[in-house]
Amino acid sequence: MSLIKQLSALMQHLGQGGLNFFQRLGRGHLLLLQLLTGLLPSLLRPRLIIYQIYMVGVLSLIIIIVSGLFVGMVLALQGYNTLVDFGAEESLGTVVALTLVRELGPVVAALLFAGRAGSALTAEIGLMKATEQLSAMEMMAVDPIRRVLLPRFIAGFISLPMLAVIFSAMGVLGGYFIGVGLLGVDEGAYWSQMQGKVEFGHDIVNGIIKSVAFAFVAVWIAIFEGYDAQPTSEGVSRATTRTVVHTSLAVLGLDFILTALMFGD
Amino acid sequence: MKTSSDTLIQVTDLHFARSGRPIFAGIDINVRRGAITAIMGPSGTGKTTLLKLIGGQLHPAKGSILIDGENVHRLSRRRLYRLRRRMSLLFQSGALLTDISVFDNVAFPLREHTDLPESLIRDLVLTKLEAVGLRGAAKLMPAELSGGMARRVALARAIALDPEFIMYDEPFAGQDPISMGVVLELIRKLNKSLGLTSIIVSHDIKETSAIADYIYLLADGKVVEEGAPAELTASASPWSKQFMQGLPDGPVPFHYPAPSLEEDLLHVTN
Repeated sequence: MSLIKQLSALMQHLGQGGLNFFQRLGRGHLLLLQLLTGLLPSLLRPRLIIYQIYMVGVLSLIIIIVSGLFVGMVLALQGYNTLVDFGAEESLGTVVALTLVRELGPVVAALLFAGRAGSALTAEIGLMKATEQLSAMEMMAVDPIRRVLLPRFIAGFISLPMLAVIFSAMGVLGGYFIGVGLLGVDEGAYWSQMQGKVEFGHDIVNGIIKSVAFAFVAVWIAIFEGYDAQPTSEGVSRATTRTVVHTSLAVLGLDFILTALMFGD
Repeated sequence: MKTSSDTLIQVTDLHFARSGRPIFAGIDINVRRGAITAIMGPSGTGKTTLLKLIGGQLHPAKGSILIDGENVHRLSRRRLYRLRRRMSLLFQSGALLTDISVFDNVAFPLREHTDLPESLIRDLVLTKLEAVGLRGAAKLMPAELSGGMARRVALARAIALDPEFIMYDEPFAGQDPISMGVVLELIRKLNKSLGLTSIIVSHDIKETSAIADYIYLLADGKVVEEGAPAELTASASPWSKQFMQGLPDGPVPFHYPAPSLEEDLLHVTN
């Protein structure tokens, strides 16, 4: 009897979990639909978007620049140690650049964006909900989706691809400092090999397409989690954690799919 | 109160439940145009919920709310927002936007809904802030205000667009006696001179009775008493007596439903 009860409770728990998951998925897609339908009117208020670009993009610059530099430096150190065994250390620039523009630039920039800007977006929107600021806007006949969420959505969507490009550029510079400055790789070889092997259309554009896709997912998750958060301090805290975890998983999963489609052949 | 053409808000057979707990079990309320209607009752009877239902932020399980003949919960989003431009809700917490100053909070609805020049917006905002005695606090941030001051700023914001009717959620809570008198007088003036319709949710019996034209007393999810303040004060009904005189004994229990204290204290968990 006890076993039947336990099994029944387990089934109930699983069923409830499944229902909650699909309900949240549905709410997330409904919010996305509302965001997309309000896109054009929101573009007519560029001041709100520019302010949010500053908040989510410009304020993320430091972490992107510093991380990009260090990732490039590590890539140069590791790459050199492998390439030198084959006498191919002059290909270091190509290795660093391709790794960055194809993979690490879009992926790491998106992960850093989730931690720095995504979590801030969720916490800010969640707190506005908890303190009834969004309700107050609704009662003032101001749509919080258009006034609060959309400028942040557009700003994040614009900012992340630019941050990814900056990350890759800083990584290439970091690789240069270590490879050429410290390990003695020929400067001309570093740049010319990179120019010769990195294709704009195949490598750089595909990297940018990846970061555009990551930006869409990262900002959507951050905004939805904030808007759907339980209006309590614990609810906002949980939502912020979910933003970072879900965005990281979504970015890594999406990266595999996009890489397979772009570079799989 | 009979329904007639001078009724602005008509609540009929309203049912609402939250997390399975019934809040309203069929309430009927009529708010007369140009009058001050008070909604009173013990804590947890859903007075704030009623204001959110009237504002269209919550949906009833059954029943209807008509504002000027329009069913609030059957309106399209666009028409609901158009209707909300005619109303205002003063939140219990104030609900000020925390990242902008007091001035910008009051200017917010003006900037969102009008194309007025900044100079005129400035004059309007300062006039509204003067009315609530906080013109000098225009540059402060919401975090620098006390609870009572925040609610007065919210009141200035609520009247910024000169709405047709205002719902006040606990407007007197947290006010010192001087501010209480000013807010009381302001609500009365707005009502009489501009012909506004007001709904006040409050626990402050003396203040509310002084300005209300009609009072609804809510308890147990129903309207248990209604009438002019003098009628309710003189009423022999146990509900009115207990609430209007603040008596501990009566039909409204002080304690939230629970097993007896002895049972709880002597209960040993394994």
